[in-house]
Amino acid sequence: MPQKLIIIGAGMATGRALEHLFEIAPEAYQVTLFNAEPRGTYNRIMLSLVLTGDKSFDDILTHTDEWYEEKGGVCRFGEEIINIDRSSKTVTSDTGDVVNYDKLIIATGSNPFIIPLPGHDLEGVIAYRDLDDTNTMIALGSKTKAKAVVIGGGLLGLEAAAGLAMRGVSVTVVHIMSHLMERQLDEAAGSLLSKELTNKGITVKCAANSKEILGKHGRVKALLLDDGTELPCDLLVMAVGIRPSVALAVEAELATGRGILVDDHMVTSDASILALGECVEHNGDVFGLVAPIFEQAQVLAKTLAGQEARFVNTEVATKLKVTGCDLFSAGDFSSNDDREDIIYHDPALGVYKRLVIENKRIVGAVMYGDTQDGTWFHRLITGRDDISAMRETLIFGPAYQADAPPDPMLAVTASPANAEICGCSGPTESPDMNAKHVNESNALHDRTAA
Amino acid sequence: MSKTISTTCPYCGTGCGVLVTPQVNGEVKVEGDRKHPANFGRLCSKGSALGETTNLEGRLLTPQIGHIPATWDNALDLVAEKFRAAVAEYGTDSVAFYVSGQLLTEDYYVANKLIKGYLGTANIDTNSRLCMASTVAGHKRAFGTDTVPGNYDDLEQADLVVLTGSNLAWCHPVLYQRIAAAKATRPSMKVVVVDPRRTATCDIADLHLPLRPGTDIALFNHLLAQAHEHGAVDSLFVREHVSGFDAALDTASSTDVAVTGLSDEETRAFVSLWLASEKVVTVFSQGVNQSDHGTDKVNSIINCHLATGRIGKPGMGPFSVTGQPNAMGGREVGGLANMLASHLDIENEGHRDLVQGFWQSPTIPKNAGLKAVDLFQAVNEGKIKALWVMCTNPAVSMPDAAFVRKAISNCDFVVVSDMFASTDTAKLADVVLPATGWGEKTGTVTNSDRTISRQRAFLTPPGEARHDWQIICDVAKRLGFENGFDFDSPAQIFREHAALSGLASDQGKDFDISGLAGVSDEDYESFTPTRWPVSANGRTKDRFFADGEFFTSSGRANMLSVSQPETTIHETNTPFRLNTGRVRDQWHTMSRTAKSARLNQHYGEPFLEIHPEDAMSLGLRPADLAVVENTFGRNVLRVLVTDRVLVGDVFAPIHWTAQHASNARISDVVAPATDPVSGQPDSKAAKVAIRPFAPKWYGLLVSHKELSPSTSYWAKSQTTTGWQIEIAHDTVPKCWETFARDAFDAPDADVSSVLDAAKNHARVALHTGGQLIGALYTSDRPVSVSREFTTSLIGTNRPGALHGRPSVDQPDPGPTVCACFNIGANTILDAIRTQDLLSVQAIGKALSAGTNCGSCKPELAALLNGARGRAAAE
Repeated sequence: MPQKLIIIGAGMATGRALEHLFEIAPEAYQVTLFNAEPRGTYNRIMLSLVLTGDKSFDDILTHTDEWYEEKGGVCRFGEEIINIDRSSKTVTSDTGDVVNYDKLIIATGSNPFIIPLPGHDLEGVIAYRDLDDTNTMIALGSKTKAKAVVIGGGLLGLEAAAGLAMRGVSVTVVHIMSHLMERQLDEAAGSLLSKELTNKGITVKCAANSKEILGKHGRVKALLLDDGTELPCDLLVMAVGIRPSVALAVEAELATGRGILVDDHMVTSDASILALGECVEHNGDVFGLVAPIFEQAQVLAKTLAGQEARFVNTEVATKLKVTGCDLFSAGDFSSNDDREDIIYHDPALGVYKRLVIENKRIVGAVMYGDTQDGTWFHRLITGRDDISAMRETLIFGPAYQADAPPDPMLAVTASPANAEICGCSGPTESPDMNAKHVNESNALHDRTAA
Repeated sequence: MSKTISTTCPYCGTGCGVLVTPQVNGEVKVEGDRKHPANFGRLCSKGSALGETTNLEGRLLTPQIGHIPATWDNALDLVAEKFRAAVAEYGTDSVAFYVSGQLLTEDYYVANKLIKGYLGTANIDTNSRLCMASTVAGHKRAFGTDTVPGNYDDLEQADLVVLTGSNLAWCHPVLYQRIAAAKATRPSMKVVVVDPRRTATCDIADLHLPLRPGTDIALFNHLLAQAHEHGAVDSLFVREHVSGFDAALDTASSTDVAVTGLSDEETRAFVSLWLASEKVVTVFSQGVNQSDHGTDKVNSIINCHLATGRIGKPGMGPFSVTGQPNAMGGREVGGLANMLASHLDIENEGHRDLVQGFWQSPTIPKNAGLKAVDLFQAVNEGKIKALWVMCTNPAVSMPDAAFVRKAISNCDFVVVSDMFASTDTAKLADVVLPATGWGEKTGTVTNSDRTISRQRAFLTPPGEARHDWQIICDVAKRLGFENGFDFDSPAQIFREHAALSGLASDQGKDFDISGLAGVSDEDYESFTPTRWPVSANGRTKDRFFADGEFFTSSGRANMLSVSQPETTIHETNTPFRLNTGRVRDQWHTMSRTAKSARLNQHYGEPFLEIHPEDAMSLGLRPADLAVVENTFGRNVLRVLVTDRVLVGDVFAPIHWTAQHASNARISDVVAPATDPVSGQPDSKAAKVAIRPFAPKWYGLLVSHKELSPSTSYWAKSQTTTGWQIEIAHDTVPKCWETFARDAFDAPDADVSSVLDAAKNHARVALHTGGQLIGALYTSDRPVSVSREFTTSLIGTNRPGALHGRPSVDQPDPGPTVCACFNIGANTILDAIRTQDLLSVQAIGKALSAGTNCGSCKPELAALLNGARGRAAAE
């Protein structure tokens, strides 16, 4: 008799976890899936492509109701769980239905953080989180001379801005820090990015403090900055970060910090309840990028299947994609006395790379404009490889490491030090070869006497 | 296409015939002259690249007074006035000429005539003093005259060729190739190389004797004693034609050959080869001459040939090969302080009267003048008030060159006539006069086997440049000597020179070209290579002395009793012995050869060969920089770790000047010690200390234009796209980008960079208009980027400047091995591996490498052997 497994949230983490679970323990659970969004699992990262029009929603759907049901799951999409009762091992949905579980997975993800500025509740102030937000932005693109302000110069905000700009919307990005994407890029890379976005017609305002969202008839009209600047807009997108969605867990008195606390097996403080994704906190870390979350999905599936698995949060390197910009960031690139930088800077080509070296190893890498070697650097970071021997050409990537560096002695002499070179001269064997001896001369003027 | 002109190469004393065809587009096509008896169509890498050296870059185009352009009249007036005033006030010996084995015979003749017959001093010496003087003295002691007995055919006809103190493969490549070819067709022919270094010449050696430096006499004395012991002495020849045999033999027999450091087996092998081969030629050059006992060395060699009668017959004889194109011509006109003219003797009153009478000159000096080292000593002491340097660069080439530079700077009046404005010597002159050079000049030269060949002009003189003979005559006329110097053409000078030689011949001298005294201008123009003597009675001679007739007063040759001097104990403070010499693709002080990017690729930087054991004990790694110093001076050179040199010996090339490197004038550390007979400096045995230079960082600049870096070390060479400059420095600039912008003088260029500040690794590329104009590479170690790759990017918009090497899918051809087809070592090694090439010929078929001039064939063989060795090891 299979146990009853209830899952709250059908985001990417859930999709991946169930894929694993159905594979390794197809008969172990009777799965019921609740999802507040009235649709199946889609690749949230690719919403930006929907925004730009490169993909349709169908293209980014990864797990439909049909898929789950084929595997024996029950989908209750559009139904939100509003309560967990741990003592009775039940959950209550917003329809009032109470369902009991043997195991519960919380995968509620995160909530966009809305800065409580005056006017944040005006109509036309949105986050950038789901398909609905995306569709709102798409709709704005069909309006002529539309203006938008995006608060937040992180990855999400810039995706929103780039997508809006591509749809013909006049966009201003307002960012509180001194450079864009300060968590992934250093200042130099941030300013290259800023320049590139400006070239795409996006106005970038860094070190800008928002003061108030101004409205008219209950609808957003402009953003007012500290310095008095007023940025008129028809839509204001707030993309200043996410918060783990922990309300249900807190209410159920599970242990939480910034997120729902889980152990290495993705189990919460209640042995029957597991959690994964953006809603959890593991060893002090919370998660926003997809790679470690997919790792969690695998661990969680194994835990449910009774297999030993532990989640270890490894160095995170992700190839970031802001539409049309090539970015890479991995590891830790903050400076300290033990750290040395290797910096590659080619403003004309818009290329910037920085490797942070500590004790003969790369601990961080930032790249902008040419990221094709990102995976290689990532491997060196995670593998903790000693890079001393290739340090001089390290930053040029693996294509410059395959063989030994040129012998510096060859600069002095064309012949290897142990090879004799002869003096010269054989007879001119081929008359054709004389052409080789026709040499440039008389560059200044023709002084041939003949 | 315009007419092809036959002329003679301006480099070494081989004297190869060159066919030059100026092209419509101004380029110059150069090929070997198949009809010339020196080379029969062969040319070496330097000769092949002559067409790359005729551009006007760096040329002096107008006279200068105080380095400010002046008219010829003003400059010549000033020169004449200064010489006249010096003679008037301080006497005839207060003036001096320092001239050159690169002058043509006609230039040389009038220079010698002016100073000896008209200014009245024998203070004319020449850079041949640094090159040939010991041979001249040795010849005169043995033969009575400075006579080269044999000719080049002997090199091919010999059964044994002994090359002693001669890296023939690099210094006389065409002669080397002739021997190599003869040996290939007649494998029984043997070659012995006597040289402390395992030079490139050893490539064809059956036996290499790496004797201790300066022990040649012990070896040849041992040979003489052994010849006697084994009955190889030609008693009849000795009895009839040779004096001094017994004394020479006594000394030889008491010589301990062990001082050579050679094993018994090695000396036995040498002696038995020598005794078994009647046809033996002993070729000797600077390794013998440039010594404080060079003349004795020469005589120790000649002794062996005289004692065995192996002289002047086909395939036999001692054979001096000269380093300059007209060292022999200079000797023939008497353009040395201890000669008069036409091999006549300055100490001989009859000879003096004869010459003065012939010239109808106002005076003639009774005593020899100052030889080079003494001459510059006198300059320094203020005894020489007016000095004229022609066509040579003593500020670089003289021993203790720093002293010589000081002496020249301090001299009251110095005039330099040269092709180039900025030689190290010209920079110190009061007056510089623009002279014509190869391709512009007309006249004759004599090579090492007494063959007189024409140099012919195919270019018009650039700017206001004049021929040296004209400049000398112009000054002479201003000094009031119209009569003696009213020459209109080199042919006219040549006829006078030939006529004088007839008078000398009457005095029992060897040099006689009186048969040419009547050549018409037309004959002179069409003159074909001719070996002297050519006497008025039509007598010619391919070789001297087989008949036992010598030019001494007794008519007998002299064997000299010459002892092996004590080999000097190395001093604690200067424990290394510095040997010096040439490299294959540069010549003298590089004023011409450095213009060719191809030639610069062979050795692009001054270097120091040092044995691995010495390098290790000094903490020197390959490609490090080393300081080479003693009380005379200091050099900084790139370290080439190799067992080609013996432990305790180091070697450095002579070529680099202040124009091409920061501290590489090798003569700066050479002591002004000279041979007591010849006055030739001992240039191959400087005592030096060596230590790591240890800069904070090493660097490389590649540039579209010439740069003048201010780093503590630099060495620059021209490339196909501009310049390549190796640098190193003691302090780290605050900002590498600023450093690069300053170095390239490019404040507005687009900069891209890679910086690893902790390691002083910096790479900065500068582009303007999308094209690379320069790149800087620095490192805490010698910079390892591909010079070929980076220089190829200059002037292009191709990517990769910062990378400094091709990526792995775009192979680096490696350093150029075949200069003719520009094929790199990596390309060749790759072909050897992938196409299973087994011979040099196969490489030639696959890649064309080595199929033109052939000079890289030994290198191809070495690569082949190396590749096979590796394959065998695997």
